[in-house]
Amino acid sequence: MTNLLKNPLTFFSILILSILLILAIFPSQIAPMDPQKANYDALRSPPSRDHIMGTDYVGRDIASRVIYGVRTTLIIAFAAVILSKTIGFAWGLASGYFGGWFDLVTERIVEIMLSIPGLILALLLLAGLGSGKITVIIAIAVGGIAGTVRIIRSSVLSIKNMPYVEAAKAMGVHPIIIISRHIAPQCIAPLLVIASASLGGAIFTEATLSFLGLGITPNEPTWGSMMAVVAENYLRPLWWIAVFPGIALTVTIMAFNLIGDELRDRLDPKLKGEIKD
Amino acid sequence: MKNNYKLLDVKNLRTAFNVEGKDVTVVNDISFNLSPGEIVGLVGESGCGKSVTALSLMGLVPDPPGKILGGEIFLEGKDLLKFSESDMEKVRGKEIGMIFQEPMTSLNPVLTIGKQITEILELHQDMSKEEAINEAIDLLKLVGLTDPELRINDYPHKLSGGQRQRIMIAIALSCKPKILIADEPTTALDVTIQAQILELIQKLSNELGTSVILITHNLGILARYAHKINVMYAGHLIESGTTDEIFYNPKHPYTAGLLNSVPRLDLDPNIELPTIKGEVPNLAEFNEGCIFKTRCPNPTNDCKDGKSEMGLIEVEPGHLVDKCCVNCK
Amino acid sequence: MSNKKILEIKDLKVFYESSRSFFTGKNIVKAVNGLNIDINQGETFGLVGESGSGKSTVARAILNLVKSNSGEINLEEENLLKLKGSKLRSKQKQIGAIFQDPYSSLNPRMKIKDIIAEPLRVQGKKDVEEDVKNLLKMVGLDNRMDNRFPHEFSGGQRQRIGIARAISTNPKLIICDEPVSALDVSVQAQILNLLKDLQKKLNISYLFIAHDLSVVKYLSLKIGVMYLGKIVEMADSETIFSNPMHPYTKILINSIPVPDPKIERKKKFIPIKGDIPSASNPPAGCVFRTRCPNPTSDCKDGKSEMGLIEVEPDHWVDKCCVNCK
Repeated sequence: MTNLLKNPLTFFSILILSILLILAIFPSQIAPMDPQKANYDALRSPPSRDHIMGTDYVGRDIASRVIYGVRTTLIIAFAAVILSKTIGFAWGLASGYFGGWFDLVTERIVEIMLSIPGLILALLLLAGLGSGKITVIIAIAVGGIAGTVRIIRSSVLSIKNMPYVEAAKAMGVHPIIIISRHIAPQCIAPLLVIASASLGGAIFTEATLSFLGLGITPNEPTWGSMMAVVAENYLRPLWWIAVFPGIALTVTIMAFNLIGDELRDRLDPKLKGEIKD
Repeated sequence: MKNNYKLLDVKNLRTAFNVEGKDVTVVNDISFNLSPGEIVGLVGESGCGKSVTALSLMGLVPDPPGKILGGEIFLEGKDLLKFSESDMEKVRGKEIGMIFQEPMTSLNPVLTIGKQITEILELHQDMSKEEAINEAIDLLKLVGLTDPELRINDYPHKLSGGQRQRIMIAIALSCKPKILIADEPTTALDVTIQAQILELIQKLSNELGTSVILITHNLGILARYAHKINVMYAGHLIESGTTDEIFYNPKHPYTAGLLNSVPRLDLDPNIELPTIKGEVPNLAEFNEGCIFKTRCPNPTNDCKDGKSEMGLIEVEPGHLVDKCCVNCK
Repeated sequence: MSNKKILEIKDLKVFYESSRSFFTGKNIVKAVNGLNIDINQGETFGLVGESGSGKSTVARAILNLVKSNSGEINLEEENLLKLKGSKLRSKQKQIGAIFQDPYSSLNPRMKIKDIIAEPLRVQGKKDVEEDVKNLLKMVGLDNRMDNRFPHEFSGGQRQRIGIARAISTNPKLIICDEPVSALDVSVQAQILNLLKDLQKKLNISYLFIAHDLSVVKYLSLKIGVMYLGKIVEMADSETIFSNPMHPYTKILINSIPVPDPKIERKKKFIPIKGDIPSASNPPAGCVFRTRCPNPTSDCKDGKSEMGLIEVEPDHWVDKCCVNCK
């Protein structure tokens, strides 16, 4: 655990994530102002002592909106990833273990889904489902299922021919128990790797959707929608309204990606090491 | 063959690997020699260091995590450990050839057989392409491959394990090296194919005068093919002598134990197989004294306390045994 | 030793499709092509063969890891191939299995007490702690180690754990698929002694599959030599070695070097032609004719018929090779 902190990038990422977590849990204690309160005296003011990140077109404090945005961003991203990885994991396990028709059909569906860019998929779904928190989560989640199925399925294929799985079959262990006891635990490592890698992507997709105006509600602060407002008002662009949420986005995604990399480095050799010894 | 000229003279070779931060000596003070035309066996169980010894001779120990700590390897009087990498490249293949255990993975799957042989010939022998192809066909004939003119254009995956190992031997002998190192050449092959390959190696050694270092864990193979045998245990060379001496007059309890524990076709199956108690010690944790002390059936008191010193002594002409175990019987 | 028949395999055939390239179409590999084996209680039957012989497929067929095409596998009079579901499962407690690779036959993430108890749990037993401790003792391991993981043990110890698992349900038959091939010589001897010991104590039958004749001889009462899906010679172990009649058996015995220099020097090497033919395309007629040192002309043309005949009491040889000497 201690050598986790030796790598400066990892240390930095963990620090960022800890800060984000605190911001997400206690936004009201930390944010200087109410994010929804419009202050008509200080419309469109650049960063100053009263508003360290400035105010937006209706006088709301950017800093507070960025802080409240953390919670929204994290909740949506985590929910989407958990949803898509859970479905993908179960589907991949079943497809890999049982093979046959189910596997063939699965592979075709996965190929089709992977050929559609995640964003387009999300847009199509939102167009159909309408906006709102739940639909956004589903829209983002759908894009992450196919990749998970493919990776888990290939893990299963390599594990199911291992002698210890055959030994279990020979004893008469029920297929569902074989999957849960012998195969699924070995697939947790690749699952964690792909899950941590998708978090960054999920955050980005959500921001893009909000930017395009298809996100959750227009009032709840999300970084994407904050940046969108500037684009709409291109005649009088006020840099601070877009730049600060943009920095928050960048830093957050980067932190998640770095953690994901670190996780992959740690889990992959251990995975190989345990099977080969 | 009863030549006393030492073609290869290994003296006090020591090689270590870095395991989790600690340097573990896996080849510990090995000394042996090889005369022209001799087949010398290097026998031991897994982890004894025999493969690392072979890699050390070829200068193929990956550095890191391994490194050669000391010793001398005299090839015709010159110390290989003092050679630069470019000098060693001239030695590998030309003076010393090597064949490995896994014929399935030792050949490049995207090159034809012919290309893999001619590549070496063109490199070491300065041959033209045509000369190299003719030589390659001759080599494949020499190792008993049928239809060599057709095999030249085949890719490895079309051939069986036995055929691939023959090709490995052809490649290893292509430059007529003086020494062939065969590291478990038949472990991955079926028993009938194993016999063919070993007969081939013996025949080629006789015809070409090549000396062979035959590394294996199979005592039966050595009984049949080796002139001399070196027994390794946990990184140490613990006994060395002619084949007859080792089999009929083993002095070290490990050698004796090993010979006794092999099930034999001609023994009564109703008698329980004698075994060597315990297991090979973890080299990373071993402290001092005789490496065999934990498994010796009859250790002396000094030995048990870790006070005995290791080192080969000549108990009979040509028969060397580790000194601390000479007395434990 | 009672003469109760525990296992009776009748004319077992296991074929599988190996679809090659688009051009050559589907290939049928006749892995096991008409096999007959009888094993009595407390006895060991050794099944010997090289790669492609089908011996491992026999093990997998008995353990229900592959589907058999035809024939019968009768375990105590009941045909396993006709059982399904819970009936099959309850019969499976009579069969144990030991596998070749001690490093991959135990789930690396399970504690060894759970690995050993798994067959008992499948049969519905809940209270298994005492059983596990007894089993560990029986295979020569310290019973305080039941909470450890496989990677904390050596190869030989892991194989002992595998053996404990195999005997946990008190089976009548254990399929041993190359149980010592991956072990060092000195450890091999310990495991062979353990297997012999357990057989005496528990009166278990073994189907011992291996490619090493000397190991097989040590444990087996009867030996069957397999080649390309068929048994070509079968007799008790003494007879196989003192009077082998099939040319393949003779070559097999000749190929195994005995750790005795004087004996080896006297031995005349019998060369064997070529390589083992592919099981997807076995030679017509006698499958051994492509490598036989002295085939008859009928044989060479692929006209001879295979089939075991009893040349002496309890000594069976394939009829077309009886004449080729």
